[in-house]
Amino acid sequence: MTAVGRQRWLGPAMFLPSVLYIAVLIGVPFVLAILYAFSDARIGTTGIHLVGLENFRSILHSPSFHKAIRNSIVFTLSAQVIVIVCSNILSVALEKPFRGRGFIRFLILLPWVAPVSLGTIGWKWILDSIYSVFSWVLITAHMVKPYAAPMWLGEPHLAMASVVLVHCWRLIPFSTVIMLAGRSAIPKEIPEAAAIDGAGFWRTFFQIRIPIMAPILSVAVLFGIIFTFTDMTVVYILTAGGPFDSTQTLPSLAFATGIQGSDLAAGAAISLFLVPVLVAVAYLMLRVAHRAEVV
Amino acid sequence: MTGRTPLGRVGGKALHVFVLAFFTIALAFPFFWMVIASFKQNGDLYTVENNPFLFNLPPTLDHLRFLFGQTRFVRWLGNTALVGAIVVAITLLLSVPAAYALTRLTGRWGQRLGIGIFLTYLIPPTLLFIPLSRVVAILGLQDSIFALVLVYPSMTIPFSIWLLMGFFKSIPRELEDAAMVDGLTRFGAFIRMVVPISISGILTVVIFSFTLVTQEFVYALTFISPESNQMIGVGIPIFLVRGDVYYWGALMAACLIASLPIAILYNSFLDRFIAGFTVGSVK
Repeated sequence: MTAVGRQRWLGPAMFLPSVLYIAVLIGVPFVLAILYAFSDARIGTTGIHLVGLENFRSILHSPSFHKAIRNSIVFTLSAQVIVIVCSNILSVALEKPFRGRGFIRFLILLPWVAPVSLGTIGWKWILDSIYSVFSWVLITAHMVKPYAAPMWLGEPHLAMASVVLVHCWRLIPFSTVIMLAGRSAIPKEIPEAAAIDGAGFWRTFFQIRIPIMAPILSVAVLFGIIFTFTDMTVVYILTAGGPFDSTQTLPSLAFATGIQGSDLAAGAAISLFLVPVLVAVAYLMLRVAHRAEVV
Repeated sequence: MTGRTPLGRVGGKALHVFVLAFFTIALAFPFFWMVIASFKQNGDLYTVENNPFLFNLPPTLDHLRFLFGQTRFVRWLGNTALVGAIVVAITLLLSVPAAYALTRLTGRWGQRLGIGIFLTYLIPPTLLFIPLSRVVAILGLQDSIFALVLVYPSMTIPFSIWLLMGFFKSIPRELEDAAMVDGLTRFGAFIRMVVPISISGILTVVIFSFTLVTQEFVYALTFISPESNQMIGVGIPIFLVRGDVYYWGALMAACLIASLPIAILYNSFLDRFIAGFTVGSVK
């Protein structure tokens, strides 16, 4: 074989193993997920017996599913709004060098760099029904009566707020470092020139910083959406979807139905409702990447 | 933020300190709280009237003794390290050559395929865990940590290829050309020239893959039920709880001990992962 001929085969030989691995362990299960959603597969059955839209008909009539889809959207959107506002403020504060910045940055990043299930367990203790430190502070400040503190994870609205809080807690560090990366890419001369031309802080902020930051901001939001919308860990550890499905999300309901309830078909059907959001995010991500290449 | 008057400057500085202090306390608080709980006696921990910020009884090492003596904590750490090491090896073996091929040997569509591979990183475990649980059972890997060894590379390879492609792009082509003029084959130039100078990129992939293994929850929860085969991410939150009894002291100590090394490792490489996350929107 000639050197050129060998080289033509070298490329595929080097990337095909990876592509095959991904195809077998992501592509095949993805197709199976779709097949299961149209079947009556349960844990223990073998083969795939298609039953058409049966699963979709029954989950669309289930109140748990309605709550799950509503919660997934509410949690994802409210977390993104809070995260974007907070991480913008925090990234401005972290931008300039100061003494101890490295250590402060490490403390701020802890929620993102530590395993999420372990950080969430920390919150479960902080939000405990009896020994919560928040309850102690409220009682000591005479804002609530002893033994009458709110059940942070036991009352529907408080439990929802807690889940959103923990998602924000986890995502703010991630979003902040992404924004810092974006900020460092703004040439210093541009805001300075604007200041000389008489533009105030807010004008510089909205007319110069935000437009320059737009691509990086959208990257932070898109990853944030994926990490919140498809997450099951926070909800599962904090509330397991309760009380009364009030914090149930699509992934946690899929787990409860498909694995714990051994109804694989219904579980697969529920998790397929994640796909439209994933496709939309992937499309927007491609646009960001494409624009970055052209510029 | 730039105040124009001295008063504005002082105000700006105070605001700066306040913002940093507020976020640092809010974000690090759960970990601070873990430290406190890890060393408190049960009598102190479970007395509602006690000020939870103080040690009302002397600190104790009981929770650590319980954790290391009477739970499977050490076993879980070992399982996690083992799975992490094998997944890192598989990830390197597959992603390093793939990333090189897609940057250098395949022309324009290599870049497109790279983006396509990156997009598979967006497909979450919560979409695939139900069919994969069946696949794992058919392969006879249920309840075995090798189920995770098989599945985790599908999460680490896409992002690693993406990270490495960015890295290889920055290596001047002349380097390999010179090596090939000196008689090395293309593959020889890759192994002898490109890999050695890419050590820091490869190290980034090692850290990324290992920390991802320690952070994953959904697959580990779905595939493995026996207590002794757990990873730390599931073992601690699920199996340190007996019935409805939470051993909060030991639980918090376990979270802290397992989190800190992972956090320090991840933190020291974070800026390079971020370069991957920004999808080229920062130059």
